[in-house]
Amino acid sequence: MSDATTEPAEAAPESERSLSGDVPLRVENLRKTFGGIVAVDDASFAVEAGSLTGLIGPNGAGKSTTFNCITGAHTPDSGTVTFQGEDITGRRPDQIATEGLVRTFQIARELEEMTVLENLMLAPQGQIGEQLWRSVTPGARVEVIEQERELRERVWETVDFFEIDHIAHDEAGTLSGGQRKLLEMARAMMTEPDMLLLDEPLAGVNPTLEEKLLERIHDLREQGYTFLLVEHDMDVIMENCEHVIVMHQGSVLAEGEPSMVKNNDRVIEAYLGEIDV
Amino acid sequence: MTAETADGSSGIDGEDPSIRDILATEIGKTDFRIVISTMLAIYALFIVLTFLGGGDINSAGSSIIRLTFLFAAYGILTLALNLHWGYTGLFNIGVAGFMAVGVYTMAIVSTSPDAVSGTGLGLPLIVGVIAGMIMAALVGLVAAVPALRLRADYLAIVTLGLSEIIRLTLNSATLSNWTVSVFGFGTGGGSGIDLPARPTDALLNTAFGDVLVDVLGTFLRPSVIRRSLWVLVMIGFVIAVYWLLVRVGNSPFGRVLKAIREDELVAQSLGKDTRWFKIKVFMLGCALMGLGGILWQGSQGYVSPDSFRPIVTFYVFVALIIGGSGSNTGSLVGSILFVGLLFEGPRTLANIVSGSLSLGSAPGTFAGAMAPLASLEITPLLAYFMNNISALRFILLGVVLVIIMQRRPEGVLGHRTETAAAISLDRPGPARTNGGESDE
Repeated sequence: MSDATTEPAEAAPESERSLSGDVPLRVENLRKTFGGIVAVDDASFAVEAGSLTGLIGPNGAGKSTTFNCITGAHTPDSGTVTFQGEDITGRRPDQIATEGLVRTFQIARELEEMTVLENLMLAPQGQIGEQLWRSVTPGARVEVIEQERELRERVWETVDFFEIDHIAHDEAGTLSGGQRKLLEMARAMMTEPDMLLLDEPLAGVNPTLEEKLLERIHDLREQGYTFLLVEHDMDVIMENCEHVIVMHQGSVLAEGEPSMVKNNDRVIEAYLGEIDV
Repeated sequence: MTAETADGSSGIDGEDPSIRDILATEIGKTDFRIVISTMLAIYALFIVLTFLGGGDINSAGSSIIRLTFLFAAYGILTLALNLHWGYTGLFNIGVAGFMAVGVYTMAIVSTSPDAVSGTGLGLPLIVGVIAGMIMAALVGLVAAVPALRLRADYLAIVTLGLSEIIRLTLNSATLSNWTVSVFGFGTGGGSGIDLPARPTDALLNTAFGDVLVDVLGTFLRPSVIRRSLWVLVMIGFVIAVYWLLVRVGNSPFGRVLKAIREDELVAQSLGKDTRWFKIKVFMLGCALMGLGGILWQGSQGYVSPDSFRPIVTFYVFVALIIGGSGSNTGSLVGSILFVGLLFEGPRTLANIVSGSLSLGSAPGTFAGAMAPLASLEITPLLAYFMNNISALRFILLGVVLVIIMQRRPEGVLGHRTETAAAISLDRPGPARTNGGESDE
């Protein structure tokens, strides 16, 4: 690491960032190989509480694999992932989601034959009706229905917030790419997460919807949510994030404020190098 | 929804909806109507066929009872399979095996110890039925725990293998004779096992039975009445299972099942421990398959391993595909259509054709049937077909499957939305009209 890029450009000093409360997510020396290919090579970074952090890098830099290692879709070969002071390395995706770290997918993975409303109703944690006997037994079902009513209330609030109320009854498979991204984010929000990992939330989204999505992200950030955003569109990250992590060939190339990262020679080289090829 | 039309005729005022449309909307209004209409249509077809074949009211009644028996039997099995495959996407092709476990467990628990073939403990029937269901669920658990961690195709292989292992095990004379002190298996091996009598049969020997025979006996034989009593019990079970599964489907539990079918990783990423959901639902479905087996094969006084060949599983799948996987009502409609048109229909038709046309003796070989065509004689070929109708039924099944897959892969009712929630998801409170219609 050369230059000043690894230096945190934020006001937050090093000591404060190491406090687990302020650094909900910390990735240390993460490594993941597929056969002979090293997808993530000794990547380390941290995400501050309440921040909108961007993770960028050219195609094949290992962003998505890092994401998958954090959220449990892959088990890392070595390294640790800490979330809110707890070591979550190698846990199952559902355990990690229950901890409050919820992700979306690069290619929006909708539950296609379920309606938008069903998609959203699925997400909340702690649904008593997910126990088989409660859903079936006449006496216990009363409570299930009660909870369903409360959830429905929240679902409609979320639907309004993301402005997808007009398609609420449609099956998710019929939505456009951008609407799917909105739905996916809305669904993640329904889990009441502490932190959201968004994997290319703007890929394939038209400019109008992109605007809308970014607005929502900023709204939610102001409400105190933490975001880690993976993008390969550099402009989006530079304009919206206050902290940027640049990955290249599996490891963290640079980290810091957008303006600083932007002018980093190695970052420029990594990006231009990719364009040349 | 279309305008309310009390009866078919009053709807003809607006844009001249044809009688067919009106009928379709009327029937489509409730699921109950769909099922009943399909059933009545098949009944009508068979009554006509019976009378064409020279049958009397007794044989018509008999064929209706037989049909209903099969509707109910396939109905329960198809509903259970729909829970696995249609709802959760678990590819279980071992239905026959789980049926066998249910029936044989019931037999071992409830058959009297001095039966002619096989031996049992002679406990009350209800204990046997519950034990059969529990045992089927446990065998399901054994299959599920290793297989559900793998991908769907592996579950299919495991279940198919398991169902054959179960059948061959039950077929084994060695196992049947294997006894440790007093405890033995007593499965009867290839010669099968005797089963307890249907509880409804005893009804006919009571005062109630006498009245029943007096009233209905004028046009129905007592044997038909006896069978019809059991069929009524089975219909009761179909309704109960249907009710149960609709409840399971329309709940947060069912919502997770649907999500697992669509994309398991998404369900996991939303914090659902999908392993438990899959194990639970697999066990429940297997228990219901055991129950279906007991009500069907277990109600005939005797059963042998031959009744649980993989073809039974295949039939249940065909019924589900016709009806539309994912829909409980579709499962029932599919069972009715399968039994009526594909399973019983061809044979009945063949009986009538060969009975009324006096086709003469059928040629023994296909070549023998084809040769007379050269001299434009079609009767030998027809006779050959009618004589081999049960084999030709498989060709018909194949053709129907291909057509469904091409023309309507979602089945008759597969693409209906049965919302997976315990309540309606419409916006609560006073309906708010939102002008946000435009986007993009």
